[in-house]
Amino acid sequence: MFSRRQFLQSAAGGAAALGASQLVPAWARAASLQSGAQQAFDLTIAETPFELGGRRAVATTINGGIPGPLLRFQEGKDVTLRVTNRLADTSSLHWHGLLLPNDQDGVPGVTFDGIAPGETFTYRYPVRQSGTYWYHSHSRFQEQTGVYGPIIIDPAEPDPVAYDREYIVMLSDWSFEDPERIFAKLKKHSDYYNYNKRTVGDFLNDVRDKGLGQAISDRKMWAEMRMMRTDIADVTGATYTYLMNGTGPDANWTGLFNPGERVRLRFINGSAMSYFDVRIPGLPMTVVGTDGQNVSPVETDEFRISVAETYDVMVEPREDRAYTIFAESMDRSGYARGTLAPRAGMRAEVPALREPFLLTMQDMGMGGMSHGAMGGMAAAKPGEKMKSGMDHSGHDMSGMDHSGHDMGGMKMQEGAAGAGGGMAMDDMSGMDMMDAAHNHPGGPAVAMEAMNPQERLDDPGNGLGNDGWRVLTYSQLENLGPNKDPRPPAREVELHLTSNMERYMWSFDGVKFNEVDGPILFRYGERLRLTLVNDTMMAHPIHLHGMFVELETGAARRPLKHVVNVEPGTKRSMLITADEPGDWAFHCHLLYHMEAGMMRVVRVAEDVAPGHPGSHSKHGDHGEVL
Amino acid sequence: MTRTMQLALACALAPLTAFAQSGGGHSESRGDVRHEMGGEPQYMILADRLEWQSGNGDEVFVWDGSAWYGGDYNRVWVETEGETLIDGETEAAEIELLYGRAISPYFDVQAGIRQDIEPDSRTYAQIGLQGLAPYWFEVDLEGYLSEEGDFTASFEGEYDLLLTQRLILQPRIETGFAFQDVADRDLGAGFTELETGVRLRYEIKREIAPYIGVSWSRTLGETASIARGLGEKEDAVSAVIGVRLWY
Repeated sequence: MFSRRQFLQSAAGGAAALGASQLVPAWARAASLQSGAQQAFDLTIAETPFELGGRRAVATTINGGIPGPLLRFQEGKDVTLRVTNRLADTSSLHWHGLLLPNDQDGVPGVTFDGIAPGETFTYRYPVRQSGTYWYHSHSRFQEQTGVYGPIIIDPAEPDPVAYDREYIVMLSDWSFEDPERIFAKLKKHSDYYNYNKRTVGDFLNDVRDKGLGQAISDRKMWAEMRMMRTDIADVTGATYTYLMNGTGPDANWTGLFNPGERVRLRFINGSAMSYFDVRIPGLPMTVVGTDGQNVSPVETDEFRISVAETYDVMVEPREDRAYTIFAESMDRSGYARGTLAPRAGMRAEVPALREPFLLTMQDMGMGGMSHGAMGGMAAAKPGEKMKSGMDHSGHDMSGMDHSGHDMGGMKMQEGAAGAGGGMAMDDMSGMDMMDAAHNHPGGPAVAMEAMNPQERLDDPGNGLGNDGWRVLTYSQLENLGPNKDPRPPAREVELHLTSNMERYMWSFDGVKFNEVDGPILFRYGERLRLTLVNDTMMAHPIHLHGMFVELETGAARRPLKHVVNVEPGTKRSMLITADEPGDWAFHCHLLYHMEAGMMRVVRVAEDVAPGHPGSHSKHGDHGEVL
Repeated sequence: MTRTMQLALACALAPLTAFAQSGGGHSESRGDVRHEMGGEPQYMILADRLEWQSGNGDEVFVWDGSAWYGGDYNRVWVETEGETLIDGETEAAEIELLYGRAISPYFDVQAGIRQDIEPDSRTYAQIGLQGLAPYWFEVDLEGYLSEEGDFTASFEGEYDLLLTQRLILQPRIETGFAFQDVADRDLGAGFTELETGVRLRYEIKREIAPYIGVSWSRTLGETASIARGLGEKEDAVSAVIGVRLWY
């Protein structure tokens, strides 16, 4: 006789079968991952029919799966990867986060010419590191349509993380729309996929809660500047289905455990555009690695994983029950979901989506400036860039002279960086003190400039930290071992993340990739500081190929990252030892931002005059057809 | 729409769409990647208003559309506007061919040629400013110099008020100005006309939005006197039903 519980379990199992994609690879179906590294791989990129939740499409896959096969390498052993392109377009595979010879990095137009249709390209490189990584196409939008997969590199030395069982949890976003069409829509109406805009009803609610004056003043400046407080994700659940290991939320990807086991979860965000906030209700998580690198264990209840980051997390479920792995998209328009369970077919409660957050003054780079007495935003062109004073406390300060108050804000900010940012004063000697000025062109590509960006490294991210549970912050990440290069930076490169959301233009320093004159130059062997200032209203996962960056969190042992999430209105700095020669891609890992121009090349070479040319070319004179 | 009008529109749009399709290849030599990442041309075709207006005993079909092709900074625009009696003649039809350049984050300068097809054939040089003003007002200010030397101007403003995520109320205002009398168009110097209305559209998709609304128009100043002299009404109220489409 069926118990009620058994019935529910089998019903869930049936639903899972119905919603499962047929392309889920073997590693995602196994109870724990197979151990045993390989050295030679044959990979084929091809179009494959794909079905999700009853809808059909044609995906681009690696060896017929979404995600692609698990590549398990052994640190210290060379690998050979024969990659055959069966698509009609040029393709490529990039080994994300791996230290390798420049010509093996797999970026068409930067490190090689790509893999032509019908051709096989053989990658060969020594494996010099260990940890959780991933790989993906670096050609146009192929990553969006399925060309991505996980990499695990087993360490040469004994793994400092002991576990009984391990799973990859690869998050991604799937759309039935052609990504070319998504991009074209964004170029015409950048808010196309935002179905969370503020309406007349929201206004009336605010009037009721706060009074008419406050409701108007809350909106006044945003409207004046033509900025949306709900502009959190460009592409949303309106077109995306969020996947966990290639399965939709209804299909409930499940990882099995025996109660009491130590389970290692290797989270990889392989999305084109989606940040996720991840938690496992009822199960504390101990973060032991990020971007493949071991960190001192930190226990937490939730973490934000930006696009292309990885987090290794230990859990020890002791009870004989199911736990939901809940990965909520940052804009709360959907979620990826799976289950950890002692037996197949079980499920736990799936949390409700939280209310989406609203962007704040802080996200405009006005954080830390006192509400009553501040000047506002930079205004190179009156009437065009946002310029008015903020009006947050009901005192309209617009029209007041900026300079005095702004400088006060800047000073305050630099003081904070010196105290909390891990920049000892002797580190600063011999380098140009940064000024917070915006030494880059303005014009149509730059709709906003952050006047007073903050580091906010102890902030878990917008919309997080108010739920009564712990949320991981960058400031909690500390590399397990000491950093290798003790030298202070000899110089600093500052780059601004810039945009004009209305035209869907994305760039560094106001210059799109097609307009750039030349690469950013790093002298081989030099030690430098790279500071990123986010002048946009969105978070950007910034990825440097070929080298790790040491994120300056204030920790003595700086965490090594290949992707740094730069939240809106923040400024984050990192130390780099430029010890990998060659031309390396450097870009926003939001795929549509990169394709819109938010990319540069970093050249590491001997005998270059270090510098940062190409930023000051005039707008509009390069690369356009008309 | 007259045959001339259709022909003119087709001729103007054909090369644009052909351009757009040929721009889609993705072979990735090193130069192409740079060209792609930020330099790729786009296009858009917008029928902002395709509507039937009914009022004062007249039934009129009104169109107001545009298309552009180009990059972030430089674009070619084709714009067309006009109205025709449902079972009668086309009262007004014009088409504009413009070059547009982004001059600020939210504004484009446009310059080019306007061709009137109805009520009679007339060519203008045109220059204007189009964009998104603070507080989210879509504005379009254009000046025209006709081949006869007459100088006129027009202003359009629109605002989207979101009742829900898909139900949008759009107030709209349009006015004309003549710097001198234009006798054969029955225009007097000064403000010539004011048209205002609200349209309530429902975005089935973002690209497809049927709407209903009301439009009120009246002639102004000297132009109104001329209209009175001709025995025409100074103002008109119309019910509007239409659809907004884009691709």
